[in-house]
Amino acid sequence: MKWETVIGLEIHAQLATKSKIFSGASTSYGVEPNTQACAIDLGMPGVLPVLNRDVVRMAVMFGLAIGAEIARRSVFARKNYFYPDLPKGYQISQYELPIVQKGQTAIDLEDGSSKVVGITRAHLEEDAGKSLHEDFQGQSGIDLNRAGTPLLEIVSEPDLRSAKEAVAYMKKLHQLVVYLGICDGNMQEGSFRCDANVSVRPKGDPKFGTRAEIKNLNSFRFVERAIEFEIERQIDLIESGGTVVQETRLYDPDKGETRSMRGKEEANDYRYFPDPDLLPLVLDEAFINAARTELPELPDAKKQRFMEQYGLSGYDASVLTVSRDLAGYYEATVAALGGEPKLCANWVMGDFSAFLNKDNRDIADSPVDSVRLAGLLRRIEDRTISGKIAKEVFEAMWAGEGDADAIIEKRSLRQITDTSAIEKVIDDVMAGNPDQLAQYRAGKDKLFGFFVGQVMKLSKGKANPQQVNELLMEKLKG
Amino acid sequence: MHDKTIAQISAGLAAGEFSSEELTRALLERVEQFNPQLNAFITITAGSALAQARAADRRRQQGEAVPLTGIPIAHKDIFCTDGIRTSCGSRMLDRFIAPYNATVVEKLNAAGTVMLGKTNMDEFAMGSSNETSFYGPVRNPWDLDAVPGGSSGGSAAAVAARLTPGATGTDTGGSIRQPAALCGITGLKPTYGRVSRWGMIAYASSLDQGGPMARTAEDCALLLGAMAGFDPRDSTCVDRAVPDYVAALNQPLAGLKIGLPKEYFGEGLDRQVAQAVEAAIAEYRKLGAEPVEISLPNSQLAIPAYYVVAPAECSSNLARFDGVRYGHRCENPKDLLDLYTRSRGEGFGAEVTRRILVGTFALSAGYYDAYYLKAQQIRRLISDDFRRAFEQVDVIMGPTSPTAAFNLGEKADDPITMYLSDIYTIAVNLAGLPGLSLPVGFAGQRPVGLQLIGNYFAEDRLLNVAHRYQQVTDWHERVPAGF
Repeated sequence: MKWETVIGLEIHAQLATKSKIFSGASTSYGVEPNTQACAIDLGMPGVLPVLNRDVVRMAVMFGLAIGAEIARRSVFARKNYFYPDLPKGYQISQYELPIVQKGQTAIDLEDGSSKVVGITRAHLEEDAGKSLHEDFQGQSGIDLNRAGTPLLEIVSEPDLRSAKEAVAYMKKLHQLVVYLGICDGNMQEGSFRCDANVSVRPKGDPKFGTRAEIKNLNSFRFVERAIEFEIERQIDLIESGGTVVQETRLYDPDKGETRSMRGKEEANDYRYFPDPDLLPLVLDEAFINAARTELPELPDAKKQRFMEQYGLSGYDASVLTVSRDLAGYYEATVAALGGEPKLCANWVMGDFSAFLNKDNRDIADSPVDSVRLAGLLRRIEDRTISGKIAKEVFEAMWAGEGDADAIIEKRSLRQITDTSAIEKVIDDVMAGNPDQLAQYRAGKDKLFGFFVGQVMKLSKGKANPQQVNELLMEKLKG
Repeated sequence: MHDKTIAQISAGLAAGEFSSEELTRALLERVEQFNPQLNAFITITAGSALAQARAADRRRQQGEAVPLTGIPIAHKDIFCTDGIRTSCGSRMLDRFIAPYNATVVEKLNAAGTVMLGKTNMDEFAMGSSNETSFYGPVRNPWDLDAVPGGSSGGSAAAVAARLTPGATGTDTGGSIRQPAALCGITGLKPTYGRVSRWGMIAYASSLDQGGPMARTAEDCALLLGAMAGFDPRDSTCVDRAVPDYVAALNQPLAGLKIGLPKEYFGEGLDRQVAQAVEAAIAEYRKLGAEPVEISLPNSQLAIPAYYVVAPAECSSNLARFDGVRYGHRCENPKDLLDLYTRSRGEGFGAEVTRRILVGTFALSAGYYDAYYLKAQQIRRLISDDFRRAFEQVDVIMGPTSPTAAFNLGEKADDPITMYLSDIYTIAVNLAGLPGLSLPVGFAGQRPVGLQLIGNYFAEDRLLNVAHRYQQVTDWHERVPAGF
């Protein structure tokens, strides 16, 4: 039987606010346990939540960016369950009336086509603390620094049909929230993570199969592997006569498999009800319009503009608009050079990106700024140096040896364009390789490359390659 | 000295007749003497009280005193007090030292009041007789066999017995007004949102409201003026100017339209209570007011709606008491479930447990619509009843409680009968309106309270209406025998 996979993702994006969603405590990561939890985060008696305005602004920006309906009135509810890292015994989360409703985004598929993925809703909620199960002699430690950190939970429609589509969608949203400046996107620190709902059904069946929910996937690779494993598990199970049960599963990255965490019958009854400590959140047009004016150019629009304005291919435009920083760097380079958008694209996507990756640096602290890169590209353009030599110059710039012109001078890398000088080198090469010359003249044309190589080698790469080609062609004829 | 009202003390301190320290010492001696009988205080803070009194006297010498500077008061043990045990009447918080002050405490401290101690209360404010307290019942100074009412029973008894001229209370379904009535004092539950709930341990968040308890309306006006006001730490607190409640006290009542809900004078109302209330209404007629009969047709739905909403919210509000971070923790828990069940089982009393269970049930999947949602719809109907009534009348009057104080133990095993003692007060909380109880007579030797209900933020009007009555009557001046 042919099987079809149905996937929906619930993405948790930690909003990049300075303070928590309902308290003034800091949200910074990696400090000593329980040093960033105030009385409100600890759920002390008599404390009350007050909503952080910035969190609302960020949620509205996200909603506008996915073309969603922004709820003029949304409600915070309590999700009640007992757990030691949940101080109040309930999580404050939007339930029936979320702030963002019905939006969508498009993802690019491998075959080059694009697909619209529906976003059911996005709602605001607080994160819980962390339970630490090591180093406490059989007991558990509780760290409440994360308790009360603002999250935007983004729930997709069950529109995704493969692990690859799920990853493409997750990457798309990751790019979007980082563009919007509402999430730092740091997946290792848990700032962007997801739960995947996965089911399979016979192809063509309109009914959904029973789904399993895989919790807490915090890398694109894990999302892909966990879903792939889960699809295979479910198909194997059904084909061998079993049935999929609705349950929550955990992905074990070491073993590359998902494991049952709790079944439906063990599922909590969360007893949701509107939080009486918080009034309904009412937004006026002025607030929404103010958020709208803060929206940056979004990735899809930027990509489109790059294709039109710079004549780039869809692929190049996608790569260059992957982040606002990279796109900004590219545009600054083109502006500094005063044109040559394709040359700039090749260098920004090529050596520049490779060096950033190699050193694990951000664009902001790159040793080669866009003006310096443009300075180098100008020397390629005016044929002072060849593309090959430029790579050496770039490496020296990266190492902090100054700008391109200084390095070209210091290392005497200026290209040889003087015809007589090049002819002199060619003469020397011909004189030094009489056998090859004879063979060439006897019809062995492919030795031409050998002569080009020898000339470049003897000129230390500085001879203008185009001139070398032309002059060699003449001279070898005899 | 101990028999003076807050207004009289304020004048006496201003005139230099006595110091706050002298007064505080005298009252602490009375607390020492009478608390063993009454059990009105859970914690007596003599040391810090004297320090506060001396500070108030210095402030007065420096010419920086305000009307409440140096006035001794007591706080219901539901208000968090920095560095001082805040038990909420529960074993769960028997050893809980709050690390911050409630806004109400902070504001009264800033005004220069002196805290004598923390008063007894029904556990987590759940009760109408003060019998659910972990610290034992409070006795009614008018009759030691009688309950003082609840849940602010300790505050009411302490004020009635002249152990303190004023106290704070909280009112979720009548917890200020009903004990005020049963102890023969004046108590005001403000409009929901008038007084900050920050630092006030939550029972039912959408109904809880703190307010003043004292002998007279004038004293309540003085206390409320300091307690009320916007607090950015409470999202449900209303940003609205606080009027001068004292200045409004003397407005004449001529032409005042008083609504008498026929539903409040029917079956279940004690005959002597009815007589005292009717006599008070006759007095108001003499003052120029015009009583008219009105109807609040959904009154009978208030108790069932309340006993869904309040337990539902309490089941969630009290989830934080889990033995993990503070509060009672069982000995040697063998695992997490054991830690939860034994810590909570040991920490909470029977009434609290009952309400948590009821509330948990009401919010459960499949029951939510039938109970919680329905109860919220009833709240709207009840609010609409009041809205229509206030289109015709200025204030609503009726008995605060259907009977005078009942005997200790009389209703303790019968929750439904107990719940009915709040039958006239609960609707006011469901609608979020202000309500006041003042003493208007006796049923035998036990006091009777008259309830005044006002429109939203009409505390000034309620205090005015109560004050004018107290200018021409002396029920509020009666002293229980032996005190």
